[in-house]
Amino acid sequence: MKNTTAYPELQTDRTGSTLIRRILNTPSLLAGSIMFAVLILLAIFIPYISPYNPTEQNLSAFLQPPSAAHWLGTDQLGRDLFTRLIYAARTDLTIMVLAEIIPFCTGIFLGMVAGYYGKWADNVITLITDTFIAFPFYLIVIIVAFASGAGQRGIYITFILVGWIVFARVVRGLSASFREQEWIASAQTLGLSGPRIILRHLLPNVLPQAVVVLMTDMVGLLVAIVTLGYLGIGIAPPTPDWGTMIADGQSFISTAWWLSAVPGFAVVYTGIALSLVGDGLADLWRKK
Amino acid sequence: MDLSLQVNDVTVRYGGFTALDNIRLEVQQHTTLGLVGESGSGKSTLARVIAGLIIPDQGQVLLGTEPLSRKRTREQRKSIQMIFQNPDASLNPKHSIRQILAEALLFHKIVGRAEVEKRSRQLLERVQLEGKALDKYPHEFSGGQRQRIAIARALSVEPSLLIADEPTSALDVSVQLNVLELLGALKSELNLTMLFISHDLGVIHAVSDKVAVMRQGKLVEISPKDKFFSRPEAAYSRELLSAVPQMPTMKSSGGLHEPRT
Repeated sequence: MKNTTAYPELQTDRTGSTLIRRILNTPSLLAGSIMFAVLILLAIFIPYISPYNPTEQNLSAFLQPPSAAHWLGTDQLGRDLFTRLIYAARTDLTIMVLAEIIPFCTGIFLGMVAGYYGKWADNVITLITDTFIAFPFYLIVIIVAFASGAGQRGIYITFILVGWIVFARVVRGLSASFREQEWIASAQTLGLSGPRIILRHLLPNVLPQAVVVLMTDMVGLLVAIVTLGYLGIGIAPPTPDWGTMIADGQSFISTAWWLSAVPGFAVVYTGIALSLVGDGLADLWRKK
Repeated sequence: MDLSLQVNDVTVRYGGFTALDNIRLEVQQHTTLGLVGESGSGKSTLARVIAGLIIPDQGQVLLGTEPLSRKRTREQRKSIQMIFQNPDASLNPKHSIRQILAEALLFHKIVGRAEVEKRSRQLLERVQLEGKALDKYPHEFSGGQRQRIAIARALSVEPSLLIADEPTSALDVSVQLNVLELLGALKSELNLTMLFISHDLGVIHAVSDKVAVMRQGKLVEISPKDKFFSRPEAAYSRELLSAVPQMPTMKSSGGLHEPRT
């Protein structure tokens, strides 16, 4: 058999672009990132943007409509609504991000272990996820919030308890399908250990999908934080929070509708931004 | 000639289904055993048992004279490498070619970290790919190129036995020839022992020294290539050979049809 001397031509790089160009070519990711970045920048720089204190009351200026001095008006205690809205974004977004870190890591790890090893590991992890899924999420949230007292602690505890399930389920399915792929068999043939295959081979492949799920899940968590605040078992006053702001404004809905509508809009805005980022990332990773 | 591989009475069962039934075969050093059989006959299962990906219910695999236990040593793993059927799925899509080759080289301490780059380029050159391929990802290559990279990865750890599980069946005919030529050249250059699995008897004829035939999990014949293709022993082997489609005989140099006069 004679040897082929000519080297096959390598294909040109089909992606042909840098990461930035790929992001620019994904409108939903671009739009979502800009929307979210605006909110984050406002939350970071609000002490320099607004002269008002978010908790300081001014009863001589209560329930004022939007004006040059108060862009979104004032609430029933005369506090500047725009300032409170952005400080509330600080509170809610910080909790949202922090409460996702542990469930995200735990869910991915357990999902990969269940999907890769299968057998008893899969049975045990699936049994635990099915058990938690049997309880409605808000029931667990409210029970834990009551048990641990109102405030951020209840949200963190609840989410550490149940937040990992969605990631574990998605990652388990992906890992189980990847386990059958020949690149996993190649790694096994090389003699790589299970943990090494999980961390170096499976993780980079499941992570994109897990991040897309994370974006959707963060929207759900934000709604949960706001709902607890609305019900009075979330963030305790006077710390600004969108949920308590919606609840406080409810009594004045006929005279100062913006008190509830503006924080409600902020929740919708953040939800849309995160959803667009999630969709965009999914598109970006699908394109290749 | 010394034996490179012995498979002794290997049986694999999935529930009530017997995928491999008391398989016994030997492969001599520096030879190629072609393994043929219809889909579902157990060829790939046997390959995976030899590669250590499936633990047999019964029987034993010996590398040379050394029995391979359930938990193989790193050295034993290194000695048997495998090329898979589907080049689209045999390379981790998230790893660059540099990562793919470096992992194998470093894990088995074939070279030190400082020499990885040089050795990776040499490996690519050996499979007739350019060094600039190192920074690319599997999706940036054609099927034939990916199969070459898979071959480079398998050879990077300097195995003594290479299992090729239908390495050309997912490729275009023109690319098949290139890959077969490459495997043939590497086999002679590196003195490899090869287990070559295919359902294409033409390919088996081109690469094998001996041919083994499997059917429904059983080994029905193992013969030298010339004997298998001229005087097959088993009725099933004759059936397989007679089922090969024949090309029409070319009577002119211009094509399959007689030129008009």
